[in-house]
Amino acid sequence: MNGILEGLSLVFTDYTIRNVVLGALILGTLSGTLSAYAVLRKQSLLGDVMSHAALPGIILAFILTGLRAPLPLFIGAIIAGALGTVFMRLVTSQTRVKEDTAQGVVLAVFFGFGMTLLSWVLRQNNVEHAGLDKFLFGRAAAIISEDVFLIGVIGFIALLLILVFWKEFKLVSFDPGYGRTLGFPIGALDLLMTTLLVVAVVVGLQTVGVVLMAAMIVAPGTAARQWTNRLHVMVILSALFGAIAGVSGALISASASRLPTGPVIVLVASLIVGVSILFAPERGLVWAWVRDRRSGDKLRAVAVLEALYQMGQHHGNPLQPHALPSIQAVVSGQNARRTLHDLQNNELVVQEVGSDRWALTQKGVEFLMTMLNNLRLEKARPSALHEAEGVAA
Amino acid sequence: MNQAIVEISLVASLVAAACALPGCFLVLRRMSLVSDAISHTVLFGIVVGFLLIGDTRSPLLILFAAGSGILAVLISELLLKTRRVREDAAIGLVFPLLFSVAVIIITRNLSNVHIDTDAVLLGEVVFAPFNRAALGGINLPRGVWVMGAILLINLVLLALFYKELKLSTFDPGLAAALGFAPTVIHYGLMTSVSVTAVGAFDHVGAVLVVALMIAPPASAYLLTDRLSRMLLYSVLIAIASALCGYAVARALDLNISGTMATFTGIFFVLALLFAPERGLVAKTQQRERRKQRFAVETLLVHLNTHELSPDAARENSIPHLTDELSWQPLFAQAAVQRAREGGYISERGETLLLTPTGREIARQRLGITAG
Repeated sequence: MNGILEGLSLVFTDYTIRNVVLGALILGTLSGTLSAYAVLRKQSLLGDVMSHAALPGIILAFILTGLRAPLPLFIGAIIAGALGTVFMRLVTSQTRVKEDTAQGVVLAVFFGFGMTLLSWVLRQNNVEHAGLDKFLFGRAAAIISEDVFLIGVIGFIALLLILVFWKEFKLVSFDPGYGRTLGFPIGALDLLMTTLLVVAVVVGLQTVGVVLMAAMIVAPGTAARQWTNRLHVMVILSALFGAIAGVSGALISASASRLPTGPVIVLVASLIVGVSILFAPERGLVWAWVRDRRSGDKLRAVAVLEALYQMGQHHGNPLQPHALPSIQAVVSGQNARRTLHDLQNNELVVQEVGSDRWALTQKGVEFLMTMLNNLRLEKARPSALHEAEGVAA
Repeated sequence: MNQAIVEISLVASLVAAACALPGCFLVLRRMSLVSDAISHTVLFGIVVGFLLIGDTRSPLLILFAAGSGILAVLISELLLKTRRVREDAAIGLVFPLLFSVAVIIITRNLSNVHIDTDAVLLGEVVFAPFNRAALGGINLPRGVWVMGAILLINLVLLALFYKELKLSTFDPGLAAALGFAPTVIHYGLMTSVSVTAVGAFDHVGAVLVVALMIAPPASAYLLTDRLSRMLLYSVLIAIASALCGYAVARALDLNISGTMATFTGIFFVLALLFAPERGLVAKTQQRERRKQRFAVETLLVHLNTHELSPDAARENSIPHLTDELSWQPLFAQAAVQRAREGGYISERGETLLLTPTGREIARQRLGITAG
């Protein structure tokens, strides 16, 4: 924690760390926002594909302009990403090759072509190319304030576009078919969203690198999805999660030596996903487990009470005590003693003094009747229902 | 030097063939991107294996690496089972995480050991001849033995479980109903993909593993409807990509893996364009031919409708066709030309007359049987 605070103070004093943190903040916010849409559109892996597909564009832009200035590389990456998208759409619409395969082909082939170009550039022995190969794994420390300014402006424009096309993007994400009947240019909107995704990916390449960029498009949206069913809440949460992962990852890696920024950011993002899947209200696995346990407890209690009641009916006295083994025989499949003890704590059954015999209390009988009525309303256990009617009659 | 070229080509071909076989099933089962996940996770297995064993050359590392590939699949399936995450997201969550852990371990603990992260993505097949192993008195690059063994394993598995793989790929429901244990076949395939990725990884890197596993089978998928041919074609295309890539890379001094991946893409585009029946060119031609045949038939039906009517001379003239059928004059002339060549019509002045064959076709189209 001290280390992080120290890192936090460095944000205001250290030039490099300030740039890295700002860069990670912009990256996290932007990719987080687009991640929400990517997850909803079942295109989580598009980020992975695009981060690979951008490489030849970056290198070609460098070859053509001879500059390692961010803007031309950016434009090159976006063109390559758009080409990849168009190619994937051509393949999936015109042939029987499925989307995953088209994505795999674009990912590997574009990237391979980029590597080929890169090896050619590196062979030219040009000093200017320095740092081009850092796109592969990202090198956050190499971010300069010019980069931060550029990605800041680009990120701002991208977020603005999302706001402007909010309604349209919502439609594209949830019901493109309906959108088409309303006359929206779904194809163009789709391409715009993919382009924004490519923008986010290229922003991220420098910080976290090709491989890890995939996580920044999957993780924030997946985490945000757990917390809400509403799009605007999800997008805001997703952006927030992305920003948290970016900034805290950058700070953690700044606070310790030899802790690479990109992987730490991914680790934090994955942690957020883990926490969300486990603990998000309603959808959280932990709450689901607790709910299961509770309804299980309830059903077990009802079964034991019902057993006592039915055996009592045979003797003409529902409050008649019964030996544990005979109770256990009726409710096989659960530990009757544990349930009886729980019931005793709630004064629904009593144990006969000095023996292992148990009897319903009056309160227990009433509770059983209410529960059986509830169960009948829920139609949760049809078999129990029939027995219950027999018992209650 | 010459021997090195032959040996590198041999290793590259073995890698290509070994990747293409399981790749076919990934493509058919719509699991192509699993190859991406597995090939990246291999690094995690190697790093963890190295931490435990402490030797970069131990064969046990291969087991760790293959195990980690299967682990990645298992974890993403576990995530999927919670029903909180979709399939694509499950894959996309797991492998960057494992890859990140691996990179962090490398930078923190192993920075003085030779596990080069660049080589992870790219591999270096040029080093293959320097790392040799003799078996039965034959001295060959280690890569030949390793990849040869992996290819052999893949072939044997394929031969043994061909029927099961085929059925569970094309009709998983029936396969399950017949008791073919789809889970076993699924994990068998995943194991095969992992082991192949690990072996290939050394030589060509993670990205070319994906290229060789996906692109050649995708090309072959465009060329044939038979599984056996698809397997054969994808192996051939993969080998051709590897050899062309190596030759071009050597001639122009380029990155070998990248150039091989580029060639898998070139072959895919060629198949996409020129595949018989399914290629874009063939499809355009088919569409054009259908359009032309339909135009001729429309013409014949039109002539048949009007040939006995009083104003047949006017109705059945070329200029009128452009009005009634809203055809462009050139299109109308082309249709008339083709009908004439087929011997379906003749001309008297401006008027078009049906020949008996032409009338027969028109009536068939109208559902009137002759006689």
